[in-house]
Amino acid sequence: MLDQKEVISEVKVIVFRLKDEEYGVEVHQVKSIEKLEHITRVPRTPSFVKGVINLRGVVTPIIDLRNRFSLEESIYSEATRIIIVAVGELEVGLIVDAANDVIDIPVDAIEPPPEVVGGVEAAYLRGVAKLDKRLLILLNLDKVLSTEEIKQLDAIEG
Amino acid sequence: MDMNQYLDMFIEESKEHLQAINANLLLLESDPGNIGHVKEIFRSAHTLKGMSATMGFEDMASLTHEAENVLDLIRNQKLTITSDIMDAIFQSVDLIEGMVIDITEGGDGSADVSAIVKKLRAIVAGDFSAEQEVAATTMTVEAPQEESTPAEDHELDDYAMMVLKQSQELGNNVLWIKVTLNENCMLKAARSYMVFDQLESMGEVIKTKPAVEDIENERFEQSFEIAYVTEQSIEKVRNTILNISEIQDVTIETIQLKSEAPPAPVVQQAPASAEKGAAEAPQAPVKKATAGGKTIRVDIERLDILMNLFSELVIDRGRLEQLAREIGKNELQETVEHMSRISGDLQNIILTMRMVPVEQVFNRFPRMIRDLQKDLNKKVHLEIIGAETELDRTVIDEIGDPLNHLLRNSLDHGIESPADRKKAGKPEEGKIELRAFHSGNHVFIEVKDDGAGINKDKVLKKALERGIVNPAIADSMSDKQIHELLFAAGFSTAEVVSDISGRGVGLDVVKSKIESLGGSVGVDSVRGQGTTFLIQLPLTLSIISAMLVQVKDEKYAVPLSSIIETAVFKKEQIMMAHRQKVIDFRGRVVPLVSLQDIFQVPDNGETMEDEVAVVIVRKGEKMAGLVVDSFIGQQEIVLKSLGKYLVNVFAISGATILGDGQVALIIDCNSLIK
Repeated sequence: MLDQKEVISEVKVIVFRLKDEEYGVEVHQVKSIEKLEHITRVPRTPSFVKGVINLRGVVTPIIDLRNRFSLEESIYSEATRIIIVAVGELEVGLIVDAANDVIDIPVDAIEPPPEVVGGVEAAYLRGVAKLDKRLLILLNLDKVLSTEEIKQLDAIEG
Repeated sequence: MDMNQYLDMFIEESKEHLQAINANLLLLESDPGNIGHVKEIFRSAHTLKGMSATMGFEDMASLTHEAENVLDLIRNQKLTITSDIMDAIFQSVDLIEGMVIDITEGGDGSADVSAIVKKLRAIVAGDFSAEQEVAATTMTVEAPQEESTPAEDHELDDYAMMVLKQSQELGNNVLWIKVTLNENCMLKAARSYMVFDQLESMGEVIKTKPAVEDIENERFEQSFEIAYVTEQSIEKVRNTILNISEIQDVTIETIQLKSEAPPAPVVQQAPASAEKGAAEAPQAPVKKATAGGKTIRVDIERLDILMNLFSELVIDRGRLEQLAREIGKNELQETVEHMSRISGDLQNIILTMRMVPVEQVFNRFPRMIRDLQKDLNKKVHLEIIGAETELDRTVIDEIGDPLNHLLRNSLDHGIESPADRKKAGKPEEGKIELRAFHSGNHVFIEVKDDGAGINKDKVLKKALERGIVNPAIADSMSDKQIHELLFAAGFSTAEVVSDISGRGVGLDVVKSKIESLGGSVGVDSVRGQGTTFLIQLPLTLSIISAMLVQVKDEKYAVPLSSIIETAVFKKEQIMMAHRQKVIDFRGRVVPLVSLQDIFQVPDNGETMEDEVAVVIVRKGEKMAGLVVDSFIGQQEIVLKSLGKYLVNVFAISGATILGDGQVALIIDCNSLIK
């Protein structure tokens, strides 16, 4: 009983950095974390779609999260990582500045997101977790990976 | 007993038998006097009955049993075929098909068969000489051996007859053995196994009643029967069997062979008449197998896994080839080349293993057309050509519905009513031709009717009404363009929505389905003479030959199937026409498409040379020249999808993994040619 309660009251998240903020995605949505490798550009796609990579034989699309959230782009460094996430049938890689932590956060530490955090619209967020002095922004991947925008862009260009 | 392990086999075989029945019924309808067809149908029906009873699908078993009774009468020429009887049998087959589908989908295969059973019984009862059979029909399914058959028919089938006859000529005893087990025998299968074991040590078991599988599964009451050939005396055989415990009784009689002796006397009790059932039940599948040479059944999933594994190998092959070139060591290169050749052969074998004749799909159409023309009061002859043409299994699975739709369309909208046809000076019976043929890397399927053709004005009017066509360009549209409107979304020319082809789905669904298979569909029509739909399909969906090209720093793959030629032109050969760069290619003006512009490829600072490399591609009649920086070479590539996230990417049909592990995009030439 006690164990179960603990499971419910905590979520395990992968922590990554984007610009000056720390973000988190739930660990069960993360398939792997990869180093940056050659990305094949896919023409005529939204600018945040960086292209596709060969992930152990599977062609996987890669999006740049900074660009996705309209933050200024930076030059990729040694620390840059690709977080491969799976949401429903989608499998997509997210380019982040760095990924280096896995932590458990108590559910009651998660608060609904304010309008804009670190320049990211609330729609893409699940909530904000306050942990001691850290502020962790939890992403709503369903929204981040929504293909609606791709289709809309398609319609405008087409 | 757990039947699940047999369920797949049951479903597969049921489908085969239903297919066989359907095919033979159609043959029979066109040639009612031919009892051979009835015999084939009877065999399949009989097997179906046995299988369904074994599997516990009682409704199916009882229905097939009734149908079998009717067939039996026809077979013995006690009943003449009428269209009513044909319809009743067709109906039964439909019902059984429904049951099989239900079973496939996890149902229990039950259905209300009372109406049709009544009908079938009425047919049987209608014939005086068949009164006995009527009585039999009220009996349970478990007793197929109760059918009474005339003397000349209770013989074994041809094959068994031949074996028996030859054995007898060699001086062997040809025996019919009936073994009865003790009533309280617990392990019937084990006892019967011991009987077979003993018998097989002294001679050869030709046939059993019930079938061997049924005996092994204890699907018999207290006794079973065996047709047996041996050098031993009857007494020896009898004693041997009686030596096995729990055997109650053994009766042995010598089988009278037709050619040697007058037909055996009419025997009403089980042994003689049962022989026939026993002989025929296992015979149908055997016959099927021999027709196609030696074959084995392989789970499709295994073939898919094999294909996937091989795809990985192809990628590594590309990588090895590249490495060997870079290293430049002769021995290594030779080895790699040899390996490439072998894996090329392997690839061919794997691909052909997945190929199945389109016959599988075509088979069901004659039946559909037959039913439809009755519903529509039209007369149509369906001619199937090239049913042996082979296609990849995955394509076969998907192509059925679109073809069905096109055929229905041709019958419903294409072929006119007999009266109209007469008026137009055509024979009353219309003709639909379904033709499949190979050409290059493609398979073509043609649906051609000799109907009224497409009414251009009507099509155009409808298209304007529905806002599919801009009125401004309507007048300037060519015939072909108007015909293509049939495939536009939301288009349907049938004035009355019929349940034949106007079911709310238009030809646009057909088009998108075929395009999703990497194919294309076109239509050609001559007013008053008919319409032809032509479907082009790729032979396979997984590995294709492609030309790799370089555009600045990026590599793209162009499917070889759409390439006519690669050529290098001097810059001054490029001309301008309507602000469009064109070249003169063998006397034709071909527009140039710069991949760098279309794909917005970033410049890498290298300057253009005096010559341009062009890949001439085609879509149907139209051509275009894709301007690239250089040709890398031809290669087998494995098609990979871009995934669900990137959908509808312009002019890209997928991706592939190159020898160096990088991804290259595959160009969809069709969308580059307007």
